[in-house]
Amino acid sequence: MAYSDKVVDHYENPRNVGAFDKDDSAVGTGLVGAPACGDVMKLQIKVGADGIIEDAKFKTFGCGSAIASSSLVTEWVKGKSLDEAASIRNTQIAQHLALPPVKIHCSVLAEDAIKAAIEDYRSKHGAAPKAANS
Amino acid sequence: MTGTAQKDERRAGTNEPRPIYLDYQATTPMDPRVLEAMMPYFTERFGNPHSRNHLHGWEAEEGVEKARAQLAAVIGADEREIVFTSGATESNNLAIAGVARFYKDRRNHIVTLVTEHKCVLDTCRHLEGEGFEVTYLPVGKDGLVELAALEAAIGERTVLVSIMGVNNEIGVIQPLAEIGRLCRAKGAFFHTDCAQAYGKIPLDVEAMNIDLMSISGHKIYGPKGIGALYVRRKPRVRMQALIHGGGQERGMRSGTLPTPLCVGLGEAAAICQREMAQETARLEALRDRFLSRINARLPEVFMNGDATNRIPGNLNLSFAYVEGEGLMMGIKDLSVSSGSACTSASLEPSYVLRALGVEEELAHTSLRIGFGRFTTDAEVDYAADRIIAAVQKLREMSPLWEMAQAGIDLKSIQWAAH
Repeated sequence: MAYSDKVVDHYENPRNVGAFDKDDSAVGTGLVGAPACGDVMKLQIKVGADGIIEDAKFKTFGCGSAIASSSLVTEWVKGKSLDEAASIRNTQIAQHLALPPVKIHCSVLAEDAIKAAIEDYRSKHGAAPKAANS
Repeated sequence: MTGTAQKDERRAGTNEPRPIYLDYQATTPMDPRVLEAMMPYFTERFGNPHSRNHLHGWEAEEGVEKARAQLAAVIGADEREIVFTSGATESNNLAIAGVARFYKDRRNHIVTLVTEHKCVLDTCRHLEGEGFEVTYLPVGKDGLVELAALEAAIGERTVLVSIMGVNNEIGVIQPLAEIGRLCRAKGAFFHTDCAQAYGKIPLDVEAMNIDLMSISGHKIYGPKGIGALYVRRKPRVRMQALIHGGGQERGMRSGTLPTPLCVGLGEAAAICQREMAQETARLEALRDRFLSRINARLPEVFMNGDATNRIPGNLNLSFAYVEGEGLMMGIKDLSVSSGSACTSASLEPSYVLRALGVEEELAHTSLRIGFGRFTTDAEVDYAADRIIAAVQKLREMSPLWEMAQAGIDLKSIQWAAH
């Protein structure tokens, strides 16, 4: 299977690989996917006092497209408010990376990971988990 | 044998070196000696081997018949027991469907393994649609047939048992002699798909009571598009042809024989027979060299399939916490194969690994690495180092590795299947 240049770039030079302390109150952690399905993504956001995402980190078990999708969204969420980050759609990820149809689920997982991280952050701050935008 | 000319070539249209080939169970490069034997039959000895009336036909026939004898000699068979086909897929189709249909009125049951090649399983599925009954036996954790279960599965209505010699994914060798003995005692024919076994391990159709054996050309450094089926004469195995026409190959497979391909297959077989012992020793050394290099640097690498009953040219390894396709992308300069779902059209991990009871998460992390006649020490060292570096990099990036290092039991987590 031929990968797009963007997927190859993110695979070879993944952005923001790493981890924050998941117990830090400024950090929201999303863990999505399942080992048995061949994809697991962990996405973490660090949110500033102003409610803006200051930093993001990821770790991913999966194919090149899964790694690229998660690497890409760590770049995208930085500098965004939680609501802005939650509005990122898998179709934008898939389009940006030129994912083939069989790899669309990787972009879906990345979108889920953002939402899960935001929800985790919000639940730490007492806010009832916001219903997913649909 | 020295390396082939392919080593220094560049990928067409680029300046990048070609990847190192480590996928010898998928196919093998032709041995230059095979090509040399074939060449005259493309040009000056181009005759139709079935032409009876002139020299052109006779010399082509001579080439074909020599090849038939060379093929038979490797397995202790008579040359009249060799039928040329287009490859192991056709041989398996012919053996299973041909025998089943011929004996349909007396016996209508077939026994095979869940880890057989798709062309065996698919043929069996097809026959089920025609009213045959098929038993698909499970295998043990080692990938081997359980003989007691096999014995129990063979009944009075069983016409054929089809069990492969060597598995294409995990390289394990089935106990052919014991299987043959059971089949003979119970009066069922024994067919074995030996695409991966023929020319690689000692095979004897008499000692092993084999009635039918499928052979492939391109797995033994011969040409693609040619194979053979061994069909026992005493006691005679009969079958219905799949391809009808001029009655070539004693009516079992019509069509003009492709003389150069037949000659190449025969030569490839003869070379395998001559060099089997030394080649096996060389491949064992390569395999051990590779494995010890990997194991010295990487923890949590698991070998799939039995550790002793296996051909030396195959390793199927699971690199825990690293997904197979992601790994393959990191080792693009190695041509290997992955048992991970993502590399094939289906999203299921390898059915062979699943049949061994390999957990799905480990099945997603497997690579099949094949060594062969033209693999060198330097290539093996390079490949091992590349795999080590890629696995280390991906483990650093893997949330599963991170959890495992933190002592979290991955099975304790409620994963959301997607």
